[in-house]
Amino acid sequence: MNLLGFFQRRPPSSAPAARERLQVLLAHERATIGQSDLVATLREEILAVIAKHVSIDREKVKVTMDKRDQISMLEVDIELPGLALSKEAAPAH
Amino acid sequence: MARVLVVTSGKGGVGKTTSTAALGAALAQSGQNVVVVDFDVGLRNLDLVMGAERRVVYDLINVVQGDAKLAQALIRDKRCDTLSLLPASQTRDKDNLTAEGVARVMDELRERFDWVICDSPAGIERGATLAMRHADTAVVVTNPEVSSVRDSDRIIGLLDSKTELAERGERIEKHLLLTRYDALRAERGDMLKVEDVLEILSIPLLGIIPESADVLKASNLGAPVTLSDATSAPARAYIDAARRLSGETIPMSVPSERKGGLFGKLFGRRAA
Repeated sequence: MNLLGFFQRRPPSSAPAARERLQVLLAHERATIGQSDLVATLREEILAVIAKHVSIDREKVKVTMDKRDQISMLEVDIELPGLALSKEAAPAH
Repeated sequence: MARVLVVTSGKGGVGKTTSTAALGAALAQSGQNVVVVDFDVGLRNLDLVMGAERRVVYDLINVVQGDAKLAQALIRDKRCDTLSLLPASQTRDKDNLTAEGVARVMDELRERFDWVICDSPAGIERGATLAMRHADTAVVVTNPEVSSVRDSDRIIGLLDSKTELAERGERIEKHLLLTRYDALRAERGDMLKVEDVLEILSIPLLGIIPESADVLKASNLGAPVTLSDATSAPARAYIDAARRLSGETIPMSVPSERKGGLFGKLFGRRAA
């Protein structure tokens, strides 16, 4: 802050805050828009593959995408019912 | 070969219609044949800003639906005979704009004019996507303000996915037009700077339009700002932007008001 600013005792400028907030927000929004389709597609295809071999509850499969600066993480969380890992589950689908 | 331009922004009230009229008039004054097309069905305003509101007989929807010929709906500007307006309908619904109908009208306009400038409605719905659909160049109008920058970012995403060019795997040419810019406030750190907005949106800069009372004055009178007072700061900025669109290389600047001196500065501060 220059000398004039010092004497005027202006509050800190707000533009840097605007810039930073926008950068964080847009990095997130750019990653999520268009991605929702991808996650839905992945979820359906993963479900289909698993269902060939294991009987599963559709509600117990969670697919999430976490995009960070350096890496992105695709997280697939499948809860298998205790007894479902048997061979006869396969032909049912 | 006609160029189809869409003036878009996502957010409302940032200066799409003002910019459409000003750029259209500036291009027309350089001798090129220009038509400005209002896509804001139900909330038309380009006619008013152009001062042609009492001359509207047929509109875009009449032409799209085949109720009127294109020539009947086009309104030629009284001040500049290379400038025409195709108004939107004020009473009909935007659902009357069929994709095929719009495509047919755009083809016809391309044959008649050097420039077809489409004034997009705000938002990201049907009207906005139809306005950008056939464009080969987009002017993204943005204020140095967080909500406007965010919406522009969203619109840029749509331009890269929902236009004919994008669907063919080609890239639509995009330009940033920064409006209502106040260099003094940006310098003080109270407004996003040109460089900030450029860095965030990362599309090339077409022009910087300074915040100015002349814009309101021009719309009060129903004249594009480039026609009402070609020497005013915003007019000079728009004229430069129009020349850049035509391919000229012009150094970037923020034109300032003519009235300098102490009075101007004091007044400028107080207004800010």
